[in-house]
Amino acid sequence: MSEQLGASIHKPLSEIEVTIEANRCLYCYDAPCMNACPTHIDVASFIQKISTGNVKGSARTIMEANAMGASCARVCPTEELCEGACVYNEAGDSPIRIGDLQRYALDYVAERDIQLFEPGPDTGKRVAIIGGGPAGLSTARDLRRFGHAITIFEAKDQLGGLNTYGIVPFRLSVETALWEAEQVVKLGLDVRTGVRVGFDVTLEQLVKDYDAVVLACGMGNVPKLGIEGENLEGVWDALDFIERAKLRLPVPDLGERVAVIGAGNTAIDALTCAKRLSIARGKEARVICYYRRGAEQMTAYQFEYDFAKEEGIEFRFFCAPTRVIGQNLHVNAVEFVRTQLETQGDREVVAPVAGSEFTEPVDTLISAIGQSRLIETFERLGIAHDFGVVKVDDALQTSRPGVWAAGDCIFEKGMREAMVVEVAQQGKLAAQSIDAYLNAKVPA
Amino acid sequence: MANLQSNLAGIKSPNPFWLASAPPTNSGYQVMRAFEAGWGGAVWKTLGTPITNVTSRFAALDYKQNKIIGLNNIELITDRPLDVNLKEIAECKKAFPDRTIIASLMEVCEQKAWHELVKRVQEVDIDGFELNFGCPHGMSERGMGSAVGQHPDLIEQVAEWTKEVARVPVIVKLTPNITDIRFGARAASEGGADAVSLINTINSLIGVDLETWNPVPHVDGKSSHGGYCGPAVKPIALNMVNECARDPEVRIPISGIGGIETWKDAVEFLLLGASNVQVCTAAMHHGFRIVEDMIDGLNNYLDERGLASVQDLVGAAANRITTWENLNLNYKIVARIDQDKCIHCNKCYVACEDAAHQCIDRLINNGSSTVVVDEQECVGCNLCQMVCPVEECIEMVQIDTGLPPESWKQRSLRLEALT
Ligand SMILES: Cc1cc2nc3c(=O)[nH]c(=O)nc-3n(C[C@H](O)[C@H](O)[C@H](O)COP(=O)(O)OP(=O)(O)OC[C@H]3O[C@@H](n4cnc5c(N)ncnc54)[C@H](O)[C@@H]3O)c2cc1C
Ligand SMILES: Cc1cc2nc3c(=O)[nH]c(=O)nc-3n(C[C@H](O)[C@H](O)[C@H](O)COP(=O)(O)O)c2cc1C
Ligand code: SF4
Ligand code: SF4
Ligand code: SF4
Repeated sequence: MSEQLGASIHKPLSEIEVTIEANRCLYCYDAPCMNACPTHIDVASFIQKISTGNVKGSARTIMEANAMGASCARVCPTEELCEGACVYNEAGDSPIRIGDLQRYALDYVAERDIQLFEPGPDTGKRVAIIGGGPAGLSTARDLRRFGHAITIFEAKDQLGGLNTYGIVPFRLSVETALWEAEQVVKLGLDVRTGVRVGFDVTLEQLVKDYDAVVLACGMGNVPKLGIEGENLEGVWDALDFIERAKLRLPVPDLGERVAVIGAGNTAIDALTCAKRLSIARGKEARVICYYRRGAEQMTAYQFEYDFAKEEGIEFRFFCAPTRVIGQNLHVNAVEFVRTQLETQGDREVVAPVAGSEFTEPVDTLISAIGQSRLIETFERLGIAHDFGVVKVDDALQTSRPGVWAAGDCIFEKGMREAMVVEVAQQGKLAAQSIDAYLNAKVPA
Repeated sequence: MANLQSNLAGIKSPNPFWLASAPPTNSGYQVMRAFEAGWGGAVWKTLGTPITNVTSRFAALDYKQNKIIGLNNIELITDRPLDVNLKEIAECKKAFPDRTIIASLMEVCEQKAWHELVKRVQEVDIDGFELNFGCPHGMSERGMGSAVGQHPDLIEQVAEWTKEVARVPVIVKLTPNITDIRFGARAASEGGADAVSLINTINSLIGVDLETWNPVPHVDGKSSHGGYCGPAVKPIALNMVNECARDPEVRIPISGIGGIETWKDAVEFLLLGASNVQVCTAAMHHGFRIVEDMIDGLNNYLDERGLASVQDLVGAAANRITTWENLNLNYKIVARIDQDKCIHCNKCYVACEDAAHQCIDRLINNGSSTVVVDEQECVGCNLCQMVCPVEECIEMVQIDTGLPPESWKQRSLRLEALT
């Protein structure tokens, strides 16, 4: 099982590839690749450092700008970011393999157990961070470097958030996610795992005990489909499914046909994860994506779509599930209705085609229609939000004084992408904003 | 098909490409292979009293992933007995009578020793001698090689001794480890040599291993300076060849050596004054087969330019080189950027800003930047064009200053006349 699921789809570069690629980089000035990176990693400089053999310095340049540099090297949609902006595209040549070089530099320090950063001199200030995912860890890393004491409250058993639990293992391993979290922990953190703020501890308590609080709790699980039969066995929330597969927890037999609802990034991960899991178990399943819009409207990136097709995933467009049909409490079919796009005012909406219902045999149904919002949590915490999106000002401060927010919990659809690199940048900015606030605060 | 025959002081070869005296010409086996590949001639690895070599012997300067842009060696002359070398020379000449074989010689500075060596070697059929006054390491410590080449009077003396007994033309190979190459060339000419060849290798040290602090290359932890050659030395060699070519007191032809790897390199040497060329590092790096493209490329070049013979190139651009004081101060070029070709790497910008004349502007317009040359301020230094990674993206264009040509020399005279 581990072979199929664990084997990274991106092989590390060989030494000769590193040399060729690093030397091919033009060392542009004010390089477009750097400007295309949400965390503004000085790409030209880190590649130049690889080419001179200063790999440790290279890793530092990367991690200085982006505390999640190792996971970003693996999960960033580089075609859309740095590599998409590389000047070689304009020259009609293939872009520098920036992500792979970044990975090389960080593998180098990981293999040698090189610690890149030290905590700053103690300021006596204390900050509580809610959520130990990429956003929380990035904030914590920089606040520690500024010398503030940090406590992270994390609901799960381990740090890393979706890096550890949500992104499929063949794109980001648990080991890498935990190594990256460990680099932050090494700066001296008080980590309280298994603690859910708003349930086990109140925000009031934290606001009282700490000089500042950061909300970095991400988003929730996949929302309910809201159709009959959804609670049958064999019906999965994509995030639960990926988490179990990734952590190698028992997952029941998937059967011959796996249906995944949705066509976003999470759906692609669920589809490919199910496919690989079935192959690993020696019983390859047909894994089919059902999406209520067309290929052109898919929110997954083109390269993800291509990857899924290469993995043997089938796609059915313009259909939506209406009913899950079971036998002995287990799903065995799903009824779908055909859909079409209709223009309503200036919007395109999905409408069912009356009388077009059809039934497909399904042994496992995985819902991947997005992530829900942690509305209950924000209500309990007394934080202003817009349909579950925490409201922040330019300094990333929430409606409650002394409480900041960063990461997916402030992710507004249509404004930007929910990506590790985006939340790493927010963590960095939140840390700067909090540091300025704490420094301005008159000592009690 | 142009006529590729070259003629150096009466030594004719089917093409101007000779192998220089070095490892590729160590043995009959190698020279046979070289002739099969098409080389026009070979200067045999320097003959003399056989020596003992050390290991290691070579080291290279690499630039990024380009291997061996420069090569350093601490090898000495032949380590094989003279009679073995002579026997093989005879065999090669017999198998390839149309090719040139030159015997490179090195001896202590005594008339009798030189006479004996010359007489002994010319018992076999050779086309000429080359006196190695260039080797800058090891042999020089024993009063030979560049120890001779650094003293024009010794060059002249040994050339004379050789000429006293030689029945074939004598070429003097010069060392570049001097302040002015012309003195050595004039001495050779004065001593009656028929030609000079240059350059031999340049004193060098490749580097130090950062782990062990051993020099590179090292022999049991130590090294001595070596001789540097390969593509990196070409500009130095070109200049020295041209200086000799333009010097009225150097009345003999030149065999050009130093960093030649392609037919293009060879054409440059010929244009600046060499009658033929010799190659070492390129053959060490790629094997004898490279001569095929050298011959083919040279031939196509001549055909395309409508030139009948290699001879038409020899020295044809030699007098384009002059002294600085004769350059036209009123000639002006400026950089011009082809915006369609530009890939926005901004390398030209930072180069001009930090190291030239701050005359490339970056116009930043919602995220995308355009680089534009301020032609009024541009001094036409070429730096931006040199750093631009895109072929023909930055062009240096001539601007009409409206002023007649005037050199520094002319201007000084004009200003003097005014006062
Ligand atoms: C399946 C999937 C695939 C993805 N693939 C990619 C990809 O390829 N590339 C990419 O850039 N991005 C990808 N993402 C998005 C990326 O994972 C997120 O943008 C990123 O993890 C958000 O970081 P975060 O720290 O804001 O939230 P999270 O990673 O969700 O971390 C939040 C943490 O807070 C904890 N928490 C929540 N509530 C509480 C509470 N009340 N008290 C204490 N702790 C709490 C959670 O347990 C969690 O550990 C993917 C997401 C998913 C779901
Ligand atoms: C390893 C090595 C050994 C050499 N040995 C000799 C020699 O014995 N006699 C000689 O005249 N030149 C010798 N040379 C110098 C070459 O003949 C030639 O002048 C020099 O390498 C420059 O040419 P290139 O740039 O094509 O290599 C040697 C060069 C090398 C690299
Ligand atoms: S744009 Fe491409 S070539 Fe230029 S610095 Fe970035 S990676 Fe290197
Ligand atoms: S030629 Fe020299 S001075 Fe002119 S723009 Fe280029 S770098 Fe600047
Ligand atoms: S160096 Fe060439 S490609 Fe790069 S910005 Fe300048 S003109 Fe454009």
